Amino acid sequence: MTPSHFVALAVVLFVIGAVGVLVRRNAMVIFMCVELMLNAVNLAFVAFARQHGNLDGQVIAFFVMVVAAAEVVVGLAILMAIFRARRSASVDEANLLKY
Amino acid sequence: MTAGHLLAAGQGESTGASVAFWLLAVISVLAGLGMILARRAVHCAVLLAVVMLSLAILYAVAGAPFLAFVQIIVYTGAVLMLFLFVLMIVGVSSKDSLRETIAGQRLAAGVAAIAFLVLLSLVIGHAAIGPAAPAVPRYGVSNLRGIAVLIFTRYVFPFEVTAALLITAALGAMVLAHRERTTPKPTQQELSRQRIAGAHPSPLPGPGVYARHNAVDFPALLPDGSPSALSVSPIIAQRASESEGGLPAPPLPPGNGGSAAAENGKSAGPDDDAGRESAGAAPATTGQAGTEPGEARS
Repeated sequence: MTPSHFVALAVVLFVIGAVGVLVRRNAMVIFMCVELMLNAVNLAFVAFARQHGNLDGQVIAFFVMVVAAAEVVVGLAILMAIFRARRSASVDEANLLKY
Repeated sequence: MTAGHLLAAGQGESTGASVAFWLLAVISVLAGLGMILARRAVHCAVLLAVVMLSLAILYAVAGAPFLAFVQIIVYTGAVLMLFLFVLMIVGVSSKDSLRETIAGQRLAAGVAAIAFLVLLSLVIGHAAIGPAAPAVPRYGVSNLRGIAVLIFTRYVFPFEVTAALLITAALGAMVLAHRERTTPKPTQQELSRQRIAGAHPSPLPGPGVYARHNAVDFPALLPDGSPSALSVSPIIAQRASESEGGLPAPPLPPGNGGSAAAENGKSAGPDDDAGRESAGAAPATTGQAGTEPGEARS
């Protein structure tokens, strides 16, 4: 079990998340898939930190988590606003910039 | 990666860590695939929780115990709960439509995903990612101290910027999720007038209060023995009819309720005994019914 195993797992999870973003139509699920991609990148950071024997990768992963939390907060608020206006969470419905 | 690498790594790592890695890798990949394939958004959220918890344990295996706890507290505890809150508002039973809006989009996405996977695999296969560096004292027990030193020395400026980002995100969420009240708030007097003028001056019957069962999806029995469709919330009735594909607000025969009560460990006694037993557990639902006086349940 070397760091390359961790990186391989991170790659698989990242691709799964990317497929979800491409395929799904529900905005909530798309958000969740973005979170999955961010988690995969965090795993790669941790693996490389382990490989190099220093903690910089872990600190970066920590910052990624903070940024992801902020992104989720704003994204879900936008989703709520869209849902109030259009009564739907589908990304196909939100095809106008106004109304 | 050669067999020598594997051997060297196998000598360095404990077998427990390897077992944990392979187990959690399989679990997280399966949960991730299920996340893509599940139609209901709630199922996706639960599967995402599985992935995040497995990744937390993987962080602990990879020598990042602090990140493991942050992952559990921040991601599984805060972010995912926020997802679930919004999901409850948007609608638990919201499903994705299976209709393709762009022709051939799924095929193209699949091809792109496979190409991307091959590309990344080739990159990783060609990169010589060696075995883990020998464990330094910064790992292990003093992991938290090492991270703290890094955050407050070398990364102190990104740390401050992160604080600004969090405040901005909180303000943005408040601005975006805020809704102006367009109609004046009804006073208590107006509410009581509305209640008296409505069809039901008294609170609606709670579900199952007068029957032998106090589940919220079980209709109450009227004095003449017939089930009251008013006592079941229309949302629950709709969900029940969705899941069974049958009647709205299933009016179950009294014998069914008796068997359910027997399953709960109660003896299926006469009607009024069980009714009194279950009446104690019902006021929450009756209170809920009383707060919406004007709306007739159908």
